[in-house]
Amino acid sequence: MKRTRGKKGRVEGRTTPHKALADIRDLLGDEPRSRDMLIEHLHKLQDSFGHISNRHILALAIEMELPMAEVYETATFYHHFDVIKPGGDPPPRLTVRVCDSLTCDMFGAKQLVQELESEKDKHVRIQHVPCVGRCNAAPVAVVGMNPIEKATREKVFTAIQNNETEAELPKCINYKEYLDKGGYQVLQDCITGKHDRDNIIQILEDSSLRGLGGAGFPAGRKWRILRDQPQPRLIAINIDEGEPGTFKDRYYLERDPHRFIEGTLIAHWAIEADAIYIYLRDEYAGCRKLLQQELDALRQDPPCDLPPIYLRRGAGAYICGEESAMIESIEGKKGMPRLRPPYVAQIGLFGRPTLEQNMETMHWVRDIIEKGADWFASQGRNGRKGLRSFSVSGRVQKPGVHLAPAGITMRELIDEYCGGMLPGHKFYGYFPGGASGGILPASLGDVPLDFDTLQPHGCFIGSAAIVVLSNKDSARAMALNAMRFFEDESCGQCTPCRVGTAKAVKLMEKKDWNQPLLEELARAMEDASICGLGQAAPNPLRCAIRYFPKEFE
Amino acid sequence: MAANPEYLHEKMIKFTLNGEAIDAFGDETILETARRHGIEIPTLCYLEGYRPDGNCRACMVEIKGERVLAPACCRKPTENMEVSSDNERALHSQKMVIELLLADMPQQGKSPYKLNSELDQWVNKFGIYHPRFHQRKQPRPDLSHPAMAVNLDACIQCTRCVRACREEQVNDVIGYAFRGSRSEIVFDMGEPMGESTCVGCGECVQACPTGALMPAKNAGLVEPDKKVESVCPYCGVGCLLTFNVKNNFIQYVDGRDGPSNHGRLCVKGRYGFDYVHHSDRLTTPLIRKTDAVKTPVLIDPLEMHKYFREASWDEALDFAATGLRSIRENQGPQALAGFGCAKGSNEEAYLFQKLVRTGFGTNNVDHCTRLCHASSVAALLETIGSGAVSNQVADGTEAEVILLVGARPNDNHPVAATFMKNAAERGSKLIIIEPYSSEMYLHASHMLKLRPGTDVLLLNGMIHTIITEDLHNKEFIEQHTDGFEALKKTVEKYPPEKVAPLCGIPPETIKEVARIYATAKTAIIFWGMGISQHIHGTDNARCLISLALMTGQIGRPSTGLHPLRGQNNVQGASDVGLIPMVYPDYQPVESAEVRKKFEALWGTKLDPNAGKTVVEIMHAIHGGELNGLYIMGENPAMSDPNLNHAREALAMLDHLVVQDIFFTETCSYADVILPASAFPEKTGTFTNTDRRVQLGRQAINPPGDARQDLWIIQEIANRMGLDWDYSGPADVFAEIRQAVPSLGGMTWERLEEVDSLTYPLTKEGDPGQPIIFKDGIFPTDDGKGRFVPVDYIEAAELPDNKYPYIFVTGRQLEHWHTGTMTRHSRVLDAIEPGPCIMINPADLDQFDLKSGDMLVIESRRGRIAATTRADEHMQKGVVMMPFTFSEAAANLISNDALDPFGKIPEFKFCAVRLKPGQRADDIIQRKK
Repeated sequence: MKRTRGKKGRVEGRTTPHKALADIRDLLGDEPRSRDMLIEHLHKLQDSFGHISNRHILALAIEMELPMAEVYETATFYHHFDVIKPGGDPPPRLTVRVCDSLTCDMFGAKQLVQELESEKDKHVRIQHVPCVGRCNAAPVAVVGMNPIEKATREKVFTAIQNNETEAELPKCINYKEYLDKGGYQVLQDCITGKHDRDNIIQILEDSSLRGLGGAGFPAGRKWRILRDQPQPRLIAINIDEGEPGTFKDRYYLERDPHRFIEGTLIAHWAIEADAIYIYLRDEYAGCRKLLQQELDALRQDPPCDLPPIYLRRGAGAYICGEESAMIESIEGKKGMPRLRPPYVAQIGLFGRPTLEQNMETMHWVRDIIEKGADWFASQGRNGRKGLRSFSVSGRVQKPGVHLAPAGITMRELIDEYCGGMLPGHKFYGYFPGGASGGILPASLGDVPLDFDTLQPHGCFIGSAAIVVLSNKDSARAMALNAMRFFEDESCGQCTPCRVGTAKAVKLMEKKDWNQPLLEELARAMEDASICGLGQAAPNPLRCAIRYFPKEFE
Repeated sequence: MAANPEYLHEKMIKFTLNGEAIDAFGDETILETARRHGIEIPTLCYLEGYRPDGNCRACMVEIKGERVLAPACCRKPTENMEVSSDNERALHSQKMVIELLLADMPQQGKSPYKLNSELDQWVNKFGIYHPRFHQRKQPRPDLSHPAMAVNLDACIQCTRCVRACREEQVNDVIGYAFRGSRSEIVFDMGEPMGESTCVGCGECVQACPTGALMPAKNAGLVEPDKKVESVCPYCGVGCLLTFNVKNNFIQYVDGRDGPSNHGRLCVKGRYGFDYVHHSDRLTTPLIRKTDAVKTPVLIDPLEMHKYFREASWDEALDFAATGLRSIRENQGPQALAGFGCAKGSNEEAYLFQKLVRTGFGTNNVDHCTRLCHASSVAALLETIGSGAVSNQVADGTEAEVILLVGARPNDNHPVAATFMKNAAERGSKLIIIEPYSSEMYLHASHMLKLRPGTDVLLLNGMIHTIITEDLHNKEFIEQHTDGFEALKKTVEKYPPEKVAPLCGIPPETIKEVARIYATAKTAIIFWGMGISQHIHGTDNARCLISLALMTGQIGRPSTGLHPLRGQNNVQGASDVGLIPMVYPDYQPVESAEVRKKFEALWGTKLDPNAGKTVVEIMHAIHGGELNGLYIMGENPAMSDPNLNHAREALAMLDHLVVQDIFFTETCSYADVILPASAFPEKTGTFTNTDRRVQLGRQAINPPGDARQDLWIIQEIANRMGLDWDYSGPADVFAEIRQAVPSLGGMTWERLEEVDSLTYPLTKEGDPGQPIIFKDGIFPTDDGKGRFVPVDYIEAAELPDNKYPYIFVTGRQLEHWHTGTMTRHSRVLDAIEPGPCIMINPADLDQFDLKSGDMLVIESRRGRIAATTRADEHMQKGVVMMPFTFSEAAANLISNDALDPFGKIPEFKFCAVRLKPGQRADDIIQRKK
């Protein structure tokens, strides 16, 4: 116990907070006290008490043999932890989180928040939060852990009054059903030697499957690189799906979770890894229950020898979708991206070579092996290869996840899959790749949507999160929404992003944008930020200036 | 800088920077290579010596073929890499970073807190004076800490302070909390700095580039008119520092890159220098008024003029010398004694012992080592022939295993402790054997909280394990030691299972640490007062030495024995002979051959008998045999055990000459007081715990008519019939070289040039030997080390029904020993203003007391009262107090029973009874 200082800087003895320590020991039970468990343990505190007090931070620091400052800085990094100052009031019993990112903003989030706040219920707190991954049903308000889609004031109040605060368990193809329909057969074939490791990796390379989280690195090649790294090797699966406009991972997870699990186990076999870590964003509470249930079922009756599979919970930080930040978070730390080189494949989780892959990428592995590389590669359009799950939201008739050929154009997507624009809305522009992918005008609605095709236009497809704008929307306002999002979500490590996003917001809030200054700032952010968040943050603003000049007249 | 021959063999990496071909050493970053070639790249979050973090993005360079720019401070060049730090693209980002950061500075301009803010330097270089961005909402200042001001409106979030606190000094107070533009530097859990667990080391202040963290009261804004490179006056770590002086006033202190500290300092070294300017400094000589009767009661410094009158130097010196001379003539030399100073320079200590030996004619000269490591040194001399450390701290902290016994370096050798913490973070095993855990335990692999006084049991248990499990180094024992069989036989009685219940450590743990120590490739033992301040202190040290000898963990890099020397110059004071039994360089007084040598060197006959030690001198005064005492820079009226007895003795003296910088408690008994020079007021050499002789340079003048200690000693010497004319410290040093062969090769000129030299350095030009006992050769008669087996004896005064608790004296981070210096330092005194009793909360509960309530402590020798402080580090049944505070002088309680070999008192164990106190009649209020 370190001595502390009281008023006027005099030293006082600090004694162990015994009651708080007893609370911690009760909550933690037998679980390991290792550093990487810090976020899991903070969740236990937040879930039990509804907040985290300094006494508990101190007790947790003692129990985990960490400095107080380290526990405190980690807890305050994540938005889902309510760290209360000594003497401060704990938050109200219930929190209603209203998303105010792109699509929800377009569909009246601000108005909804005002209506909800006007009630002034002291037992309820209304919070603005970033994209919760249900853009197809905007606006969304999460009451406790219960997401209310197409939320209205009435729906929200009904949920509050009926105390409907738990997340529903989605109805999925469960373990038994998955097995019955031929699931885990491919995995077993691999393990029993029917498939050859090199062969499987070759199939993946030939299929042209690329990372579907956004970076687009060829999957097969990544597996091959990992195989050449020293053991032990680890696998980290990214289900932090936080890019505004994206919800495809949740879509598949809620319906058919074992498909990605099987893909991951195949990868585990192919690269001879030691363990699997799955990182799931905290906003997907229903999916968490689901995954816990299905992983338990899998462990009870495994199709083969299972490696350790750890499910780790995010805590409200978009940056933890960045691969190295996610790894830091799995290690129990703040989600601060690492400097590269070295790359995650060489030095990753716990310093080991790590195969990091988006969930959806693993979701396709089984199909590709069963149906062949060509099956996948040949599905493209306009000269592109493969399939893409587009998360479409905005001013279309049928928002949702649309599995379509890679290389399809925006217009084709709207017409063939989304049932056209909403009545009274004219196609005006679109985000091709979430908040960070930039904004394109309708005049560029015929560009094939795929990796590498949008860069010449100053955009990228990222996670294929498409937000469709109409003549009732403002690209400029959307660009500001996106920059505010980046300001909130910046980890705070580097100057161009931490300070740049904040200064950009201020400049973009002005009636007249200082375009030359914004461009100077954008250039430095793109060139000098540590990670993709800062590097891509200027995209929407640059696109607004470049493609929507009328909005600035 | 001379080329290091090792580098020539390393493969160089050839790449291009800004169009020019350039070579990098294998391990260099682009930034380091650029700097080495004089090419400037802006940096902010980079600090030489610290781990580079690459977060500010000021050092952006373009690497051909890479999509985005790269941080030069973190990237290493590869063969044929093409790098540009000054093309349009790189410059654009560099400048934008500076502009963005400047936009958030106070008034979007120059730092109002720091004279040479690194951000301002780059603003000036780029000419970016008017940032075009909105300023952030500024945080409020935090001025809660007495030593440091926190102004986060000047923070650029570079995290140098985080690395300073968490990675360098490992005090683990500073965090970087929250996220994004709301990120902020925090202390502990977001508390004001002054209320956090901050220990005031100031590393963060030293690291901060923009002045967000500065010394309090804008001290850092004063432009010094001179910077003097010197050493810290406090502990034996011997940190090098720089005094920043203006108008003869030390404004602030910076850490310097010395071999023992590498730029680090602790709260005392950095903020505890202001005692020299306190208005209580003695400035004129004082003579006791003839009607001022001596009693054992202390004189309040504010009332000193009731008992003393001012005098001129001539009168005072004459009076001092006459008194001593007359005792010498009428009662004989053995009726005189001198206490020299372990804080003064080697030159002062040398002249002092020479004065006593040649001027008084006796060997009754001693200093506070007697109260400190006397037992350790006795054991070391007896077993391996040399009392100094075998390996230096920096070397020891590279060891695989660090065994820390009876010491709390984070309080008493703070900067050395930071290197131990760094070692633990790197994977070294830190094993602590200490009855009272300190914050070091947070970094320990094993924390053995043994019962006080049971070290011999535990250590013999470890020796037993090493022998039974066949882990001892038979070859080393055979070739380099004597007496192993006797050791083997003795420890048979101490199997771990038997000693475990007595010392309170499970047998399996004893075995485990024994194994770890014995089988480590390199292992070092550091120890402190917990080992030495016992009547079996020499025994304790003998066990430690046996452990090292039997495992061969000595005579090689990162092994050995290191008793952490406390005072900044206790090693030096001992080396130059301030010891009754030996002459300079530990040559025995009672050896005829040695005595002849010194008689020749000093030109006079010398006393052939060893003199009395500190506590023996007190007894001799009581016995009427000793009546005159010359004390320089020591405060036995606070530091001696059994203070009532010691103070009575001091009051009995016919003639007491006290030379000091403040009116200390000892001055209460003086006949004449001579105002002397404080550390920054003198030039001299000082030897730290590592056997480094380091040069302290005078930075300011003594106040009023206070004079140099060296001058005072010489004046007294000449008035006692000697004929000295040393011109200054360099002159004295020249003679020291002749008297102390280990320093024989050092020259004053070389010290002026390099600031620090390690001994043994016997021939001029030698590099100095950091590691001794190489190849297992010991400076004993037969070149071998000796095992001295020990049997367990209990402490002199065990707890019983009347006095059921154990009392221990100890130290605190912020205070130094008897408080003469630190209680006169505004910052240090603010942090720890008064005496406290450290007591386990369970014991407090027994008395129905809360932390902060008064408690009375009583032993057979004395009684004091003070506020309690609940401290879980303390074992139940044990209470501890620092011996700093005269209003509750801990040594009134302590036991003067002596270790028979080292003659050191048992400060670390005596029996007391406790009872709740009442404020009014129990304490003496110290008037301010």
